[in-house]
Amino acid sequence: MSVRRLAAVQPDSFAFSKDSEAKIAFWMNKYPEERKASAVIPLLWIAQKQEGWVCEPAMREIAARCAMPYIRVYEVATFYTMFNLEPVGEHLIQVCGTTPCWLRGADGLKAVCEKRIGKKGRGNLSADGKFSWEEVECLGACSNAPMVQISNPYGDYYYEDLTPEALEAILNDLAAGKTVETGPVTRRHCSEPTEAKVKVLEDAALFDGSYAKPVTLPHSARAAAKPDGDRKSKPASGAAGSAKAAAEAPKKARDTAAKAKPAAKKPAAKKPAAKKPAAKKPAAKKKDG
Amino acid sequence: MTDNLRTIIIDGEEISVPQDYNLLQAVEAAGGEIPRFCYHERLSVAGNCRMGLVELVGAPKPVASCAFLVRDMRGGPNGEPPAMRTLSPLVKKAREGVMEFLLINHPLDCPICDQGGECDLQDQSVAYGRSGSRYAENKRAVEDKYMGPLIKTIMTRCIQCTRCVRFSTEIAGVPELGAIGRGEDMEITTYLEQAMTSELSGNVIDLCPVGALTSKPYAFNARPWELNKTETIDVMDALGANIRVDSRSGAVLRILPRIHDDVNEEWISDKTRFVWDGLGRQRLDRPYARKDGRLVPIQWDEALAMAAEKLSGDPARIGVIAGDLNDVEGLKAAKDLFDALGVTSIDARQDGAQIGARDGSAPRQSYLFNSTIAGIDQADAILIVGSNPRLESPVLNARIRQRWLNSDCQIAVIGEAADLTYPYEHLGTGPDTLAGLAKKRSGFIQTLKNAKRPMVILGAGALARPDGAQILRAAGELAKAVGAVSADWNGFNVLHAAASRVGALDLGFLPGEGGRDTNAILDAAAKGEVETVVLLGADEIDMERLGKAFVIYAGHHGDAGAQRADLILPSAAYTEKNGIYVNTEGRAQLALRAVFPKGEAKEDWAIFRALSARLNKTLPYDDLNALRASLIEANPVFGQIDYAPGADGAADFDPAQLGEAGAVSDAPFASPIRDFYLTNPIARASKTMGECSAVTAAARAELQAAE
Repeated sequence: MSVRRLAAVQPDSFAFSKDSEAKIAFWMNKYPEERKASAVIPLLWIAQKQEGWVCEPAMREIAARCAMPYIRVYEVATFYTMFNLEPVGEHLIQVCGTTPCWLRGADGLKAVCEKRIGKKGRGNLSADGKFSWEEVECLGACSNAPMVQISNPYGDYYYEDLTPEALEAILNDLAAGKTVETGPVTRRHCSEPTEAKVKVLEDAALFDGSYAKPVTLPHSARAAAKPDGDRKSKPASGAAGSAKAAAEAPKKARDTAAKAKPAAKKPAAKKPAAKKPAAKKPAAKKKDG
Repeated sequence: MTDNLRTIIIDGEEISVPQDYNLLQAVEAAGGEIPRFCYHERLSVAGNCRMGLVELVGAPKPVASCAFLVRDMRGGPNGEPPAMRTLSPLVKKAREGVMEFLLINHPLDCPICDQGGECDLQDQSVAYGRSGSRYAENKRAVEDKYMGPLIKTIMTRCIQCTRCVRFSTEIAGVPELGAIGRGEDMEITTYLEQAMTSELSGNVIDLCPVGALTSKPYAFNARPWELNKTETIDVMDALGANIRVDSRSGAVLRILPRIHDDVNEEWISDKTRFVWDGLGRQRLDRPYARKDGRLVPIQWDEALAMAAEKLSGDPARIGVIAGDLNDVEGLKAAKDLFDALGVTSIDARQDGAQIGARDGSAPRQSYLFNSTIAGIDQADAILIVGSNPRLESPVLNARIRQRWLNSDCQIAVIGEAADLTYPYEHLGTGPDTLAGLAKKRSGFIQTLKNAKRPMVILGAGALARPDGAQILRAAGELAKAVGAVSADWNGFNVLHAAASRVGALDLGFLPGEGGRDTNAILDAAAKGEVETVVLLGADEIDMERLGKAFVIYAGHHGDAGAQRADLILPSAAYTEKNGIYVNTEGRAQLALRAVFPKGEAKEDWAIFRALSARLNKTLPYDDLNALRASLIEANPVFGQIDYAPGADGAADFDPAQLGEAGAVSDAPFASPIRDFYLTNPIARASKTMGECSAVTAAARAELQAAE
């Protein structure tokens, strides 16, 4: 990290777009009138998503909207490295270079970026102006190392389990204007083990309650009143039902994921849909029980 | 109070301190000292320098003493009082560690640093620094920032204490300084390196514990140990800020504030601090007389003879106008002389303010800041009438801001809607609003009525108008209507803009029976009815109106008055004489001489004493002590040094009887100060003040263009 300065060339003016205004209204609405300075980070982010970077007129505009002095917005914008203080490529590639990714081949990714885009640095745009790249510290996806984050107007997505070839393919697709599926580029769905068969939580006995023993807290009044009795059978029947569902659910999720994989190249926006079955797990459990 | 005390043990000694003290204050109360860089009594606690670490008995780690309250200390397991150690090996090691980290990136440029000799880092490194550095890597370097014509920055020296940021945000009320970046790359700057727009910006130089922010005009001029330090009083405004004048071989090299909690706390305005280069320019160092249209140097003997000849004529054809920077002694000698000559057209109100009376019909409370400056800290509603305190007395304005910041105090303004660094309710721009306010039933009048300690502050500009006497009456009536004056609180205040004004009014330097006031003297001079006009440092009048009158100018700077003068009697500036000044709250303060008058210039009182001998009206005092005895005999207030009357005599004071009844005009109020940096002859002679004025004017023009 180095000293962060405003770009030498700044636009004359800045105005939020209609879409941005809607987002601003949402954020400003969250804070009471006398605390509206709290919205400064969301507003800076909205400005950055609109323009690709935070320009000086935008800081003044945000200061006016948040009723704070210019210098306070300037302080925030220079403090957080996620704010680009200079124009960056349409796609900003952040290559994680911290130990796990480095051990798994981040150097290869950096070489691709250097070859394909050019010199490291947020403000160093590629020849076509579409890309710029920089090396960042851990982005917290170590189990899918090596990885990059690509930020563009549509979002900030992780591309994981990369190889230099895979990254090059992604860059080519982005340059061609195609949408690229986010997440691991291998057959992995999340960060699950890559080995074909791993026995985890598949033993039905784990879920039928047989391992559970009624607990009696010493000195509790309830324990004294009901030393034993009807509590034993009731939870057992409930547990059996949910165990069945729990045993089925992971299988179901895996099947869905397997089906989704070959389709590949889905638009990035639709990605969360693929994950839904996993999220529905508790609901299914309830129905069965 | 007693139940608020808590007994704690500091280094084995038991002491009772208030619960809301922090540990640093507690140690100071016990007579100890904690090193610190970021902590400052008058600023919020930041706790980021880590220099003031102490050991709390039972705590696993050392704690920052400034950010830990006595209330939060934990006692021992057997009910012992809580204990802390400030001298233990742990503390010493912790502080040495902090010091070593601070010095890692601090340049070793003490020999060329202006802070050398008065640097906190230098001093504390003697106690906690290592003999050598273990750091072999390159030091960090930081680009210097532009902060205006007053503050020189060498930002590599900055240790990021953020005192300057907190000062500009909290005290000055112009949040322009900030810390950008983070970690090692944190830098202090103004937004886009614009000049600071505060009238108090120079105080960050005092606050800076290292040499990062130093005085630009003073750069490389002197070392602190070479300077003669004189504790005296400032005359740039009517606040009477306590200052220390540092001089070397007859030249004033810098001006610093002194601590006086009832007057200026420890702040002074930029005009007070940086005006000193004006004391060395444009000086009248010998008598001059106009011969064939040109001013030529003459001897004192000839000058006094010339003056005596002009003043021995018909006293009705002589007028005297005193300016804004005069000490009481000079005015007293002049008044005694002109009284003896029978001259009744004397006036110390060169702005034409309609206030005070020679015959004693105007009580002293009618022209004082009766609540006192410290009293602002108790006010709960303030109405400012016809004044821009930010320009007329920036330090007092900062005090009002502090009151607004720390309490629910409501503030309203009648007059210009200027940026006062705090929000206020703008009631109107003219005196008709003031007159109408008393008749209203709701709004701010109700706030004033409900307030326990309301204040009405009447600006000097509101009185220097044709309807000034009526405005005085209206303000007085309002003060009475809202109950601003009671036995223990006097909320009727006049904020003067001139340092000599209250002293002159106390002295009765006012038109006598049948005498003319300033405006009448000028009108009569234009018509030829007044043939000789004596100006005692009066430069802020329209010299065109003097007509063909013979003008004797007694003053120290070659300004408007000297240019118009036919005879110049050079006198001493405020740093060059012992004198009494009475500030706007009626506090008589003693100013001491720092350097001698320039060239052949004499102290004002000595000039009139010499002149009196020529006119055969020899004044009955031969030295300053005799003059002061006579002064105190005439009015005992001059003997009560550093005493502000405040609410004394408020029970017998009826503000509704002030001034004259009558209608007020609807012309809007205007502050008498158009350019803060150029209000008096010394400031106008100062190059630094000229630069400040230009920078401010440029910033204002840019702002207007943007709008």
